[in-house]
Amino acid sequence: MAIEINGKTYETDEEGYLADLNQWDEEVAKKMAELDDCELDENHWQVINFLREYYDEYQIAPAVRVLTKAIGKKLGKDKGNSKYLYQLFPYGPAKQACKYAGLPKPTGCV
Amino acid sequence: MLHTVNKSPFDKNSLKTCLSHSLKDSDILLIEDGVYGAIKDSAMSGDIEKALTDRKIYVLESDIKARGIDSSRLVQGVAIVDYGGFVELAASNDRVQSWL
Amino acid sequence: MSTVKKFMYVNRHAPYGSIYALEGLEVVLIGAAFDQDCCMAFIDDGVFQLVKGQDSSASGMKNFSPTYRALGDYEVTRLYVEKESLMERGLTKSDLMELTYEDEDDDWAEKPSIQIVERSELGRLMEEQDVLLNF
Repeated sequence: MAIEINGKTYETDEEGYLADLNQWDEEVAKKMAELDDCELDENHWQVINFLREYYDEYQIAPAVRVLTKAIGKKLGKDKGNSKYLYQLFPYGPAKQACKYAGLPKPTGCV
Repeated sequence: MLHTVNKSPFDKNSLKTCLSHSLKDSDILLIEDGVYGAIKDSAMSGDIEKALTDRKIYVLESDIKARGIDSSRLVQGVAIVDYGGFVELAASNDRVQSWL
Repeated sequence: MSTVKKFMYVNRHAPYGSIYALEGLEVVLIGAAFDQDCCMAFIDDGVFQLVKGQDSSASGMKNFSPTYRALGDYEVTRLYVEKESLMERGLTKSDLMELTYEDEDDDWAEKPSIQIVERSELGRLMEEQDVLLNF
C-alpha cells in the first residue's frame, strides 16, 4: 500500500503504518488523518511530536500506559489521562497517534 | 525447580551456567544437543559428577538414541527418562527454567 | 489477573549476533503491560547488552540499546547484572549504560536500575521467582 501526495509516494504496510519512518513529514500525517476523517489541531500535534521525540530517544513507540504517564508529566495532568487522549485519537492513542507520527505500531499493541 | 538444557556444552555454556545457578535438590533435564553433556570421561563429566552429589540429572531417551549415545557411555548416576518421564518432571516441579 | 507473579527475564546472549536479546527485550516490554512484578537478569554474554556506546549504524542493524533506558517507564526497575560475568569479560560497572527509574514511592527520585550481584546471590534470586523466562 502507499499514500501519494503531490507526486510523492509514501509506502505503508497493510495497516497504514509508514514503512520508512525517515520519510515522514507533516503532510503525510495530515493525509493519514484525513483518510480517518480526522482533522489535526494543535493538541494532536503535541502528542504526535511527543511520540516522535520519544521514539528518537528510546527507539520504541511507547505503550499507551507509558504514553499517558509521560504526557501527563510533560504537558500537565489535564492531558495525561486516557479520556483526553482518546478524545483526540478515538482509534486508540498509541495506535492512531503512532501511525500519524510515522512510527511502527507500538510494541505489545495487537 | 526443573531446569532444561538443550545445547551441547562443547558449543555453548548453557549447561555450565545452569549448573552454577541451580540450587541443591533441583532437577536438571538434558534434551536435544544438551544430552552430549552427560557423556562420561569428557571435559564436562567432572562438573556433572559434582552436580549429581546434590541434584538429579536426567537425559531424554529419544535424544540420546538419535545421537547414538549408548546408556553405558553416560556419567554414572544420570537417569534416562522417556517423554512420559519428561512430563512427570515438569508436573512434579512447580517451575521450569529453560536454558537456551 | 488477580495475583501478581514474580517474573524474571534471564538474558544470556550478546545483542547483535542472534535475535535472543532483542526478542527478550520485546517480551519484557509486552509483559510489562500485565502488571506483574518483573525484573531482568544479565549473565554470561547477556551483560554485553548493557554496554554503553553501542553504534550499529555501519552494520545496518537497529541499535536497540537506547530502549533499555525506557524500561523504567515500563516499571521494570531491577536489572541484576552478574558480577562474575562482567569480570570474565573484562568489564566493570562503568562500562555499562547508566539506567535509572523514578521511584513513585519516593517523590519520583531518580534511582539506578542496575544492581551488580554475585552468582550465588543470583541463584537464590532465581529460586524466589514464580516464572523464569530465558533468552
